[in-house]
Formats: sequence, C-alpha cells, structure tokens
Amino acid sequence: MTPSVRLQEMIRVIRSARTQGEERGIIQKECADIRAQFRQGDNGERSHSLAKLLYVHMLGYPAHFGQMECVRLIASPRYSEKRIGYLGAMMLLDEKQDASLLITNSIKNDLSHSSQYVQSLALCTLACMGSAEMCRDLAPEIERLLRASNCYIKKKATLCAVHIIRKVPELAELFTPSARSLLSEKNHGVLHGAVVLITELCEHNPDTLDQFRKAVPELVQIMKGLVTSSYSPEHNVAGISDPFLQVRILRLLRILGHNNDTASDAMNDLLAQVATNTDSSKTAGSAVLYETVLTIMDINSESGLRVLAVNILGRFLLNNDRNIRYISMTSLQKIVQTDHNAVQRHRGTIVDCLKDQDTSVKRRALELSLALVSAVNIRSMMKELLIFLSTCPPELRSQTTSGIFNVAERYSPSKRWHIDTILHVLTTAGGDVRDETVPNLIQLITTASELHCYTVHKLYRALVKEISQQPLVQVACWCIGEYGDLLLKGECEEIEPVQVTEDDVLDALETVLQSHMSSPATRGFALTATMKLSTRITDNVDRIRSIVSIYGSCIDLELQQRAVEYNALFKKYDHMRAAVLERMPVMGKNSPGHTNGDTSGENKEPDPSKPKPVEAGLLSEPASQVCDLLDLLGGTDTPLQPNPAPTSTPTTTSSTDLLDLLGGLEPTPVLTETVYEKNGLRLKIQCDKQTETEVMVTLIGSNSAQNDITNFSLQAAVPKSVQLQMKAPSGNVIPAHGLGQVTQTVVLNNPNKVSLKIRIRVSYSNQGVMHQDTVQIDSFPSPACQPQSALCDTYTSSASP
Amino acid sequence: MMHFLLLFSRQGKLRLQKWFLPLPERERKKIVKDMTTMVLSRKPRTCNFLHWKDLKIVYKRYASLYFCCALENKDNELLALEILHRYVELLDKYFGSVCELDIIFNFEKAYFILDEFLMGGEIQETSKQSIAKSVEASDMLQETMEEYMSKPAF
Repeated sequence: MTPSVRLQEMIRVIRSARTQGEERGIIQKECADIRAQFRQGDNGERSHSLAKLLYVHMLGYPAHFGQMECVRLIASPRYSEKRIGYLGAMMLLDEKQDASLLITNSIKNDLSHSSQYVQSLALCTLACMGSAEMCRDLAPEIERLLRASNCYIKKKATLCAVHIIRKVPELAELFTPSARSLLSEKNHGVLHGAVVLITELCEHNPDTLDQFRKAVPELVQIMKGLVTSSYSPEHNVAGISDPFLQVRILRLLRILGHNNDTASDAMNDLLAQVATNTDSSKTAGSAVLYETVLTIMDINSESGLRVLAVNILGRFLLNNDRNIRYISMTSLQKIVQTDHNAVQRHRGTIVDCLKDQDTSVKRRALELSLALVSAVNIRSMMKELLIFLSTCPPELRSQTTSGIFNVAERYSPSKRWHIDTILHVLTTAGGDVRDETVPNLIQLITTASELHCYTVHKLYRALVKEISQQPLVQVACWCIGEYGDLLLKGECEEIEPVQVTEDDVLDALETVLQSHMSSPATRGFALTATMKLSTRITDNVDRIRSIVSIYGSCIDLELQQRAVEYNALFKKYDHMRAAVLERMPVMGKNSPGHTNGDTSGENKEPDPSKPKPVEAGLLSEPASQVCDLLDLLGGTDTPLQPNPAPTSTPTTTSSTDLLDLLGGLEPTPVLTETVYEKNGLRLKIQCDKQTETEVMVTLIGSNSAQNDITNFSLQAAVPKSVQLQMKAPSGNVIPAHGLGQVTQTVVLNNPNKVSLKIRIRVSYSNQGVMHQDTVQIDSFPSPACQPQSALCDTYTSSASP
Repeated sequence: MMHFLLLFSRQGKLRLQKWFLPLPERERKKIVKDMTTMVLSRKPRTCNFLHWKDLKIVYKRYASLYFCCALENKDNELLALEILHRYVELLDKYFGSVCELDIIFNFEKAYFILDEFLMGGEIQETSKQSIAKSVEASDMLQETMEEYMSKPAF
C-alpha cells in the first residue's frame, strides 16, 4: 500500500492540476486511497484520511462514504481524532442521514467528559446538526450543564439549549427556570447566550414573555453598565463596549416592551441615553444606534423619544457610508405610514438620495419619495420624480411610472397638470408603463372637457415629433380622431396657435399607419381615428375613403376587418355614418370599455342596431347630456352639469334600455347628501362603500361664493366603539365659483355594528374671516336596493338647474 | 439567527461553508452557486446588503476572499458586518497576517476557530482574547496527544 500523502501535500497536488479532468483524476485516486484507509481500521492514519476527504467534499465531490468513519472517529479516545470526527459530522451528516443517530451516544458520553474541550466539541456538534430526536434525548444533560459548570461550558450549553428549543418547542419549559438566573453572570459570553436564550423563550411562549418582563430593570442595569463603562480592552470595538451584547439586549428589550406600558416606561431613560451617547462614527456604534431606533419605534415610547429616533435616521441619511444610508431608508419605509410628519421633515435628503450611485439605495429612495408625496408638495415632488425618471436605471422604470401615475391620480392639483404629467411620462418612458395607462388616460381626457382643445393640440405636436412610444401614439391617435375638429379650428387659449390643415392631420395618421415601429394595436387606433375624422373634416373625405379601402386588403386580420366595416359604413350605411362616428360619451371609471384590457372596446363603433340613446336634436352638445347618463351607471369624478329640460323624456327611457343591455353590470348608484351649507361653502357626504362593519365615505367641499375658501380643514368624531381613519385631504383651498372642490376620504370601522353617527367640525377662512362650525350626521346615505328608484332619484337631483 | 456563512474567492471557488440549518446537499450546492453569482456580480461602490428570497445577505470583501452570510429579517445587518470583521480578526491573530492560502491549506483550523466564535447561528463569545485562548488550548491538547503518538498533525 502506498504511504498516505499528507493533507497539505494533497491540497497542493490538487491545486496544481491544470484542467478539470486532471483534477478529477487526482481526486479519484485519492478517494480510492482514503476508502482503503478506512477499511484498514485503526492505525493512527484515520484522521488524516478524513481531513483529506473533507477537503475533497468542499470542492464539490461526493463524500458520503466518509459518514461512518466520522461516527467511528467521534467514538475514539484520542482528542485529535474526536476533533476531526466531529468536524466531519457537522459537514457530512445532517439530521436527514441515518448515521447521525449513531453519534447520539458518543455525544452523550462526551458531554460528561473530564476535558472541557471534549465537552465543547459535543455541544457544538449538537447545536449545529442535532435532530429533534437527539435533542429530546440529550436535553436533560444540557440543562444540567446550564446550571452547574464553568463559564466556558455554560455559554455553549446556553446556545445548545436555544437550538433545542428551536427544534423541539415543547422543551422550552425545561430551560425557563435556569435562564433567569443566568442574567446575573458577569462573563459576557454567558450573558450574551442568556439573552439569546431568553429572547427565544419569549418568542415561543407569550406566558414566558410576561414572566420575563420582570427582568427588564435588570437588563436596563446591565445595558447602562455597558454604555457608561470605562474602556475595557477585552470587549471594546471602536469605542463601544461589547456592541454584540448591547444589540442583543436592545432586541430583547424591544420584545419585552412591545405593547406594554410599564415595561416601555422602564426603558425610556435608557433608550434616550443610548441614543444620545453612542458614537456613530464607526459601524459598531451605528449598529447599536440602529437597534435602538428599531426598539424605540416598536415599543410604547413617548413622542419625544420617537422624534429622537426619526432624527437619528435622518442623520444616517447624511452619512457617508452607503450601508448606513440604505439601512436608514429601509427603516424610514417601515415607519412612514405611522409617523408620516416626522419623516416628512427629511424629505429633502430622501429626494437627494434618488441621485445616489447605488441602485438599491435608489430603489429605497424611490419607494420612500412616493410614500411622502402629499397634496401640499405634489408639484415639487413630481418635478423631482420626473427628473429621476429620465435618468433612472431600466429596472426601476416601470416601478417609477406606476408610482408617478398613482400619486398623480391621488393628488393632482388640476386636470391640466394631471394630463401634462401623464404626457410627460409617456414621452420619457412610454415603453415601461402599465397596459391600463392608455385607457386610464383616455378616460381622464374625456372627463376634462374644457381641456379637449389643449390636449389634442399637445398630443398632435408630440405625435408629429416622434412615433416610437406606442402608448403615447395610441392616445394621440384616439384624441385626434375624437377631437380633430378642435385641432383644425386652430385656436386654443393655453397653447400657441399653430395652423393645422386637414392634410397635415391625415399625413400624421397615415405615417403612424405605415410605420414599421407601430404595433398592430396602434395601427388599429390610427385607422379608427382616420375614419372618425371623416365626419369632422370637410375637404378630404375622399382621401379617407381611399385610405380605408386600401386597408380592406391588409394582411393583419384586425385591421382588415375594421377597414371592411368602415368601407361598408361609407357605402351602404352612409346615412348612419354621422351618428355612429360622433363624439364618445364621457367615460366613468366603471364603464365596460374602460375595464377592458385592450382599448378596442372604446374604439369599435357601437352596434348600429342598438337604440341610440341620443336623438338627433342632441348632436350639438353630446358630451354634457350623456354625462348624466353615465353618471347613473357609475361613480364619475365629474361634477354633474345642469341638464336642459327638453331632453328629459328620451333620456329616461333609453337609459333604462341601456341598463338592460348592459345586463350583468350592477350599477353602483352613488348618493351624495348635503350636510352643511353656509357662506357659499357646501359640504356633501358621499357613501362610497358600505358593508356590515365598515363604511367608507367621501366628504366633498365645494364653494359657490365669489371668493376662495382657504385653510379648509375637517375634524371628525365618532361613537366610542367605532374606529375612525381620515385619509389625507386633497387640499385645503376651495376655489370660488364652483371651480374646484376638496375631497377627503373617511373610513369608519364599526365592529360592534352600532348605529353610526359622525360629528364633523368644519373650519375655514373666507375673506380673511375664520369660521368654525359643527355638524352632526345621524344617518348615512346608503345605496338603495332598487336600481330603478335609484335612477330616478339621482336623475331628479341632476335635473335641477 | 444566521442561516449560513460562506467564504469564496473572486473566481467563485468555495473556501469555507458553515450551515446552521439542515439542508439537503443538492440545495446547499444551489445556494452556493446563487450566492457566488449574486455577490460577484455586484459593482464596486454598492452597499453590502442584498435581498434574496426572504433573507438578508450581508457580504464583505477582504483581499481576494468574499465573506458572505445570510440573516433573518429581524437580525441587524450592521452588526453582521461587525461579526464578519471579528472573524477575520480572529483568523488574522491565529495565522499571523492571514491570506487566502492560509485558509486553503488549513481549512480545518478555520472551522475550529469559527466553532469557537459562532454556534447555532448565534455569537457564542464576544471577547477576542477568550476565543484565542480556547483555540490555543485545544491545539495544545491535540499536539500533546500527537507528540505522545509521535505522529505529525494531519
């Protein structure tokens, strides 16, 4: 038999292999030797062979034939063999292997060995790979060692106990009595282990948690000792005395103080002391401060302490160390909902972090910035977000666009700003927006009827500039189709007038139709838009006819079908063309075409056999009339416009028909009730959602006076068992002459189903005079059960001039 | 609690692996591969924390070796950086200016030192001197036996 090569020699040989194949060859030979060695039995070489096998295992080669050897070596009386045997057990055996059970007996014996280093090996191995069965067997031994042994063994036994509890939670009771007494140890290792053990016990069992709350003063004492102690070379890390132990104690205090006032009070002073005195110039100090902040935020701490914690996080944001900035933002993200105002103070720094190099930091900064947007700062925040969008890394773009759309929807100060913002996003990052963006934007545009002219001009110009961003092109085509007449008129208040001829418009649409960059859906939009223009332009109808007939033989099935149908509209149904292609009604958010993923719902012409809800007489102002109709179907955001009487009869009957045709769609009649009216200010309450235990209402303030109403704010009070949550208001200024309104959503959680009453205090300034009034609402407007009667109700209210 | 601790080189070669949770061999291999790919592809001036599945990964590069550990959500990442640093200090003290080759050729000693510092995914001893003394004493015990047996260590 060739003499066995020493371990280091073998490593050298393996490393010198130049190819994977050569290495495999060497390893195969070595493994064969090792196997032979194992078979030979005890000759003093076994530990060498196992060590070699462990190296081979680390390189990724199979080593299962060494498992039994580990068992044998562990049972050996020689320390060197035990040492490598236990290491092998930890590396090769895990609880799923049968061989692991065989070492239980050896471990048991070694736990009572005369040498503490042998005991240590056994404890370490048990804590590393002990299965539930082994733990059950050996738990009493561990408990004994916990109580009566030297520090070296005690600290190991403690962590072994932690492992046992994790594996077999029922054994927790066994260790609870000894755990408490361990806190009086002076040795840091034992103390640390004790804190870990107590933490584990408390997390497993709420009763034990109550029991250990009594230990809070003791823990506070230990912590104080660490914080104020003089320099101790043994435990010092960058000026902090044993940061590992400090962090663990803070974590335990967090668990003990959570939801408990007495415990939280007992630790207030300590936390303030740690927060102010810890030097955070190095990572060790920052780690302690970080844990302190987490603890402060999770217990019932007083508000001054919470502000201190948020300020620490704010300071972290300015730290040079990137890790600390990242940590700070993850923590701020967790508390931004509950301590919104405190975090708002650091908004500037957070927005600056959007420009950081690190993508993870950027991502956190983006999430936080979006959470911090409110009605007050929306304009400045949006500027920053749009700048960020133009330079942000590609993996963050879709998150950014969705975030921007969400906050724009919630807090936009005006419709025009909203539309501008969406257009800006589409031009910058059109490829990364969600699919619903196009129908959402179209719906928004239809509701902003005063901006149709402005919107179509802007979109036309964007379209002429470039046609690569599909969502933008789709919206632009739709608008040009719808409002082409406004585009051609040329004048628009808010934008410089540019003369656009019919040919220009048709050229633009044709470019889209023919471009290879346009997706099939986009071309569908363009074709329909071209068709719609046939009723809105005067001179070039023939050109449209020819375009449409060309596409009658297009390869794309969708386009072909559309073209054929439009052709038919020109030929056989020309008398209906005007009616079919007229202006679309204002769309509510719940209308069927809106929820459809692709927008073909809005673009396909309505079935000519459907009775048209509007008669010829209404062609002149379609939008305002039909607005009422759709309002009956769903909650639109547009204020109801006054409806001239002559249209009343036909609209009622056809609205019923329309409702029947829509069949399964349940109308959600939204009822508003005026609760307060004074000095031109009208406050309405609108019931959005009502279940047995929860009601969601929106309070709407409108102003019909000559002057703006400023400093408008609402406070609410509810009966005791009801929980009230008031969301952020959309603003605090209500413009005069009914030009705008302020909305605030209120959620009432009524678990005991008491009768709901709410008292609202309205405060506002009008012409420099402060007003304050209280109004009590005893009953909420509820959705009626009969759709028919609901229609009549809302209808009559809208008919009033 | 720490779930695992890995040491690997810039070429992705594993130098040490300590697992504090029972996982099948196949899964361990996959995790090692995931970790090496993720950590080695990080750009130089980025932060040392990553998210992987539901764990927080903390890594730090020391010369040619990457030290990488996985923590649970409630663990303190900044402290984990300190833990990795403490382990490097312990190795440094033991080997005297430790380098990657020391850990390659004396991997079993690196494990012995780690087993005196961490246990069951938690810190076992916070004093550097104490750990150094224990490892030294164990080595003495081994050598005494070896001397007695008049055989070289491993």
